[in-house]
Amino acid sequence: MSVFNIVITGVGGQGVLLASKVLAESALACGLDVKQNEVHGMAQRGGSVISFVRIGEKVYSPVVMPGAADILLSFEPLEALRYVHYLKPGGMLVYNKVTINPSTVASGMATYPANVEEQIGRACPNARGIDALAIAKEAGNAKAVNMVMVGAVAKSLQLDSQVVEGVVREVSKGKGIDVNLKAFNGGAVA
Amino acid sequence: MKKIISGNEAIALSFGDSGGVFASGYPGTPSTEVLEEVARIGEVYCEWASNEKVALEAVIGASIAGGRCLSTMKHVGVNVAADALMTLTYTGVNAGLILMVSDDPGQHSSQNEQDSRNYAKFAKVPMLDPADSQEAYDFVRAGFEISEQFDTPLMLRTTTRIAHAKGGVEQKVKIKPVVGEWVKNVPKYVMLPNYGKIKHVEVEARLLKLKEFAETTSLNRIEMDDTDLGILTSGVSYQHVKEACPNASVLKLGLVHPLPEKMIREFSAKVKRFMIVEEMDGIFEEQIRAMGIRVDVGKDRISYCGEVSPDIIRAALGDAITKSASPVADLPQRPPTFCPGCAHRGLFTILSKLNVFVSGDIGCYTLGALPPISAMHSSICMGASISAAHGMAKVNAIAGRTEKPVAVIGDSTFFHSGMTGLLSLAYNAGNALVIIMDNRTTAMTGGQDNPGSGQVLKGEISQQVNIVDLVKVLGIEHVVEINSYNLAETEASIKKGLETPGPYVLVDKNPCILRYRVKQPMLSVDHQKCTGCRVCLKVTCVALGLVADGDKMKVQIDPNICNGCGVCAQLCKFDAMSVAKGREKQ
Ligand SMILES: Cc1ncc(C[n+]2csc(CCOP(=O)(O)OP(=O)(O)O)c2C)c(N)n1
Repeated sequence: MSVFNIVITGVGGQGVLLASKVLAESALACGLDVKQNEVHGMAQRGGSVISFVRIGEKVYSPVVMPGAADILLSFEPLEALRYVHYLKPGGMLVYNKVTINPSTVASGMATYPANVEEQIGRACPNARGIDALAIAKEAGNAKAVNMVMVGAVAKSLQLDSQVVEGVVREVSKGKGIDVNLKAFNGGAVA
Repeated sequence: MKKIISGNEAIALSFGDSGGVFASGYPGTPSTEVLEEVARIGEVYCEWASNEKVALEAVIGASIAGGRCLSTMKHVGVNVAADALMTLTYTGVNAGLILMVSDDPGQHSSQNEQDSRNYAKFAKVPMLDPADSQEAYDFVRAGFEISEQFDTPLMLRTTTRIAHAKGGVEQKVKIKPVVGEWVKNVPKYVMLPNYGKIKHVEVEARLLKLKEFAETTSLNRIEMDDTDLGILTSGVSYQHVKEACPNASVLKLGLVHPLPEKMIREFSAKVKRFMIVEEMDGIFEEQIRAMGIRVDVGKDRISYCGEVSPDIIRAALGDAITKSASPVADLPQRPPTFCPGCAHRGLFTILSKLNVFVSGDIGCYTLGALPPISAMHSSICMGASISAAHGMAKVNAIAGRTEKPVAVIGDSTFFHSGMTGLLSLAYNAGNALVIIMDNRTTAMTGGQDNPGSGQVLKGEISQQVNIVDLVKVLGIEHVVEINSYNLAETEASIKKGLETPGPYVLVDKNPCILRYRVKQPMLSVDHQKCTGCRVCLKVTCVALGLVADGDKMKVQIDPNICNGCGVCAQLCKFDAMSVAKGREKQ
């Protein structure tokens, strides 16, 4: 198998990091080589976040080049649009439809693009939007958005989705396995 | 069994597995998680020092006392510790000593993009540059061995894509820590000029021995393949090279200082085109060209700025790069900003209104420089806020300007290197208003403890320094506590401080809401009263937004995000914002 590239984007504080960890651990549990990488630091203060997960028999570089992503998983519509050029032709885009204002919009210096979903659809015709916040709340915790998002792509990873579920269990130890599993499964059928 | 861990976690794990007994560092992205992980594993003693120089000096003592030791910091931290480093290289070590430094090419979260490999050359010490988590793990052990074998401090250098990137790591058999003798050796450890001169000769001889070692160590290796193209590289660039040029021959350096001259000469002679791929400075290339070796592709084609990537290497070789659509244009940016509920927001709202010159520092409060608040006018390095404000005030006096500068600094930065500036300002009859945002944590780097938090890295309770008392002891007469959540009071205190001649210090003691999980009852907007004037939006809080209400856009507060600090409400002239119904504090 050639290297499979996943890009995860969102807003600092949304749990992009934990979602990346679940995907990376799952690949390792399936006996594959994996590199996972994101840039944090300043990004934590509500800034834009981008994380890479690369899976294959042998993975060298930790970064995904624009135009090379098999999957783009975005926790926020504007961040999906910002990084949509990372997708390769025919790549898959799943995004959370719930918007979060960037500070530039909140302070009145810019406006949030009114037609953001339309623009996403134009850039990637088979993009799929889900209401991850509603599913997470339904599962019992608004913070479980990240597990909903992982669930939404679990079947498309070329990994055993049972393994992915096991990793979700593992990372949730002590902090609501039930909620996270519900969120994960909610994402899988969304 | 392999685990998937970051370079930082691998270094921490290996430190414990390689006989380490003492670690000291100062937080700084992307280095911070190393000591946090040493503390989490809990096997080896570790601590946060008040700054990098103190950390390295503590580690020097630990080595003299016979314990393998590690000091961690970000690249700019080495500038602070450099005084210790430049003479430590003369004394050498007793037990193995590793100075780990993380560089940040691409400036993901740093004030500059300096290349620490320069320090290895400058200090004439060996430096290792791991290319993934496994090497980060292996190089700690190798580093201790080299440090002890050659009687030298060793620098272990990572970059953001090594420190934070996760990959598989196989653990080695644990070495039991053995603490050696605590030796008294005056000519070795007392660097009076006469002893220092002898030591300098030894340093030069040591470097020659290290050069020989570089030729034979397995830390450097050649992967011979197609001889049309041969690439010399190290660190994460190696990974990008393997991705971009899977068939090229590669000379991969693990020991990046000193260089293996013979090995490079032979390798370059075997390949048709010889290329060097290095991030940031052209340190390899300068040295290799000085050896008289032909370099076909190097810094002429790869920028000194930013990170290297597979596509940058392809482009440098004239190969096709990954095809991609262009990024969608004109999207609103999403820069980092003050958290909803952060005390810094209230302070900067007032500083912005008063239109004073703010001599800033490095911490979350540096975000006060971003528009539309735009209330910070200089920020150079940790501690510079107070000392720079002092210099401004002196020149203002000469120019006959009456405006007083305002310095803003956080608690961790004050302990790091702000205290000395304030001492100097008080001693030299300075004239600045200094505001210390004492949120009881080092927030920008993720909420580490410091001498004001009352807790140490390993979690135990410790004596808590009172900044107000400390400021008085440094020679400041006027010290006043403020509460930045109360805008009117804060404005009055700042004005008083500006009007009073001489040094004047304000201390805000509100805790970091993120670290201490502070939450007040959230607010909501009464759309009968909101006129849509947008004055409140200037506070730049992501909980605020506009919604259509009839033909007007009015403000709304996102209940999932609002932290209830009430700063926006104090700007509202129409009394439209109040604690949401049913959410009043009991
Ligand atoms: C010499 C140096 N060491 C470390 C850092 C990394 N760093 C950036 S901000 C900061 C400290 C911030 O703490 P504080 O001053 O308390 O402000 P806060 O973020 O809590 O508001 C540190 C350690 C740096 N920039 N320079």
